[in-house]
Amino acid sequence: MPADPMPLLDVRNLCVSVPANGGMIRLVENVSFCVDEAEIVGLVGESGSGKSVTAMALMGLIDSPGVQVRGSARFRGQELVGMAPRALRALRGRDIAMIFQDPMTAFTPVYTIGWQIDEQIRAHERLSRRAARARTVQLLAEMGVPDPARTAQRYPHQLSGGLRQRAMIAMALSCNPTLLIADEPTTALDVTVQAQILELLRGLRHSHGSSVLLITHDMGVVAQTCARTLVLYSGRMAESGPTATLFARPAHPYTAALLDSIPPLYGPRPHRLPAIAGLPPTPRERPAGCAFGPRCAHVHATCLPAPPALASIGPGQQAACVLPAEGTPLPPRATAQATQP
Amino acid sequence: MTPFTPVLELRDVRKTYRLPRGQKLKAVDGISLRVMPGEMLGLVGESGCGKSTLGRCMLRLDDVSSGQVLFEGRDITTLSERKLRPLRPGMQMVFQNSTAALNPRRRVGDLLAEPLRVHPGPDGRRRTAATITARLHELMALVGLPASALARYPHAFSGGQRQRINIARALALSPRLVVADEPVSALDVSVQAQIVNLFADLRARLGLTYVFVAHDLAVVRQISTRVAVMYLGAIVECGETDAVLHAPAHPYTAALTAAVPRPVVGAAPAMLLRGDVPSPVNRPAGCRFHTRCPQAQVRCGVEEPLLRAIRPGHEVACHYPLGGEHRKV
Repeated sequence: MPADPMPLLDVRNLCVSVPANGGMIRLVENVSFCVDEAEIVGLVGESGSGKSVTAMALMGLIDSPGVQVRGSARFRGQELVGMAPRALRALRGRDIAMIFQDPMTAFTPVYTIGWQIDEQIRAHERLSRRAARARTVQLLAEMGVPDPARTAQRYPHQLSGGLRQRAMIAMALSCNPTLLIADEPTTALDVTVQAQILELLRGLRHSHGSSVLLITHDMGVVAQTCARTLVLYSGRMAESGPTATLFARPAHPYTAALLDSIPPLYGPRPHRLPAIAGLPPTPRERPAGCAFGPRCAHVHATCLPAPPALASIGPGQQAACVLPAEGTPLPPRATAQATQP
Repeated sequence: MTPFTPVLELRDVRKTYRLPRGQKLKAVDGISLRVMPGEMLGLVGESGCGKSTLGRCMLRLDDVSSGQVLFEGRDITTLSERKLRPLRPGMQMVFQNSTAALNPRRRVGDLLAEPLRVHPGPDGRRRTAATITARLHELMALVGLPASALARYPHAFSGGQRQRINIARALALSPRLVVADEPVSALDVSVQAQIVNLFADLRARLGLTYVFVAHDLAVVRQISTRVAVMYLGAIVECGETDAVLHAPAHPYTAALTAAVPRPVVGAAPAMLLRGDVPSPVNRPAGCRFHTRCPQAQVRCGVEEPLLRAIRPGHEVACHYPLGGEHRKV
């Protein structure tokens, strides 16, 4: 497939800073990535790595006083950073939609879910109530909600977690957005329901032509869903690339260590898990050099003065690590986890 | 007590909650199991299956509605609080929410010293301040925290460190049995691995017996010798960890293991189980899983399958277990 000259979403050097103690603390530092048409891109990282802040900044949902969003995020060539609230509001919900981890708090408890989905449709399109409700019911049905007409008349608390998440996805898709930002959409769900929701997200590319930016902490979810993956660590990009490459030949020691610390469900059971010692630094105490340096097994003098720049490793793969350039790249991963049952 | 006495035994334990309008919620619906010394039992299932309630019943943090709970061969089902208290040091719990389990207004040292003050020492007398201080330092070393942590408040620690504090508190009285309810599910992967390793180390050093209540099958596999799979208040399959997880006999276990998103690109797509877990208030008649079971037959909707051994040490509650002679697909 020839590369599209203009990606759907093109984020360059996005920085988000919050004021604290008279200075500014950078929560997100120079994050760059793109999402192509009908592509699922994963944004992974541990808590506090800045993945949700990145998404909120893209959606223009950070309005705390003093917060600075810098850099550029172009959606179909339109600059989102600094866009007028009115213009952004027209875009949000119609072209870019978001689903959240906890559908219980994302819906208001005092209206039926049908009412809430109708409202979103009518905010963006001139439709009668009846037509909006018809669309709502159809959407719920597409999301695999049983008895959609009756479910639309129910309140959020009357639905199970899985159904609420489906209703939330239905709401997000109600105006056929080209980009769906999903922030930990399955974290609160059980695995059997999670599998259903992931199947749904994978299908959106074909059924709605939507791209998905999937934010998650679960490498398993990424492996099964995303074509490309971006790994964040302490607000900075550690690595990005095609998911298969990242899993087979991670170039950043953090990616490798993160993958190794997941207990395997199949294959030999390690006596001890290769855990990463210590904790990620808070944005306030992020070291001058590589943020992962203090926990890295390969740390040496060149890592310390400044954060390593993102360097191209291979086709589509980039890593913010000095090892490949120094001629000592990480070895490919032993694929113990690949053993099929 | 002999080495063959189970540390914990449950006999047909039931826990029923009464709801308005005469409805009953059977959170635990007739569970029998034994946990032998040194064993690490993983109790897995989806939310609402009753695994946490069962964990609490094991230690009599909740009273059971019927059935028996035996700790080291002694029936503790109806013991009074006063008679139970001398047994408490032998059985301890680690909770999921490490923040909620620690009083934010007390220093770590005070939190850990409390059980040591409440319960007499091994000689039957109150512990002296010096013994307690020595024990606190021992505990900190055991769970890998600096002694300086004792003087600080819980909020000063990260989630992983707080879970270490909770583990230290559970170990303060040298228990034989530790029930851990989702001890790592709130932690990030890299930290989770540290705590999983800590549990393994502690078992090796202290000869503990564990019951892990968890939903993450990969974590359970790493720390359990045996696994019991729960669905709607009952155990549907129980056996050696890898036997259950790699060659599941119950269709629910099979669906559960298949649904785990594995960190392998190109791994087989998850088998899809339709719908959600039914409400435990009116659970299906017959087999409790038949409404979602891809293999369900007429008999499954009528007759409830009982837990039976399909080979030594591997029990399953299914009329048509997978890999059995009934189904050669």
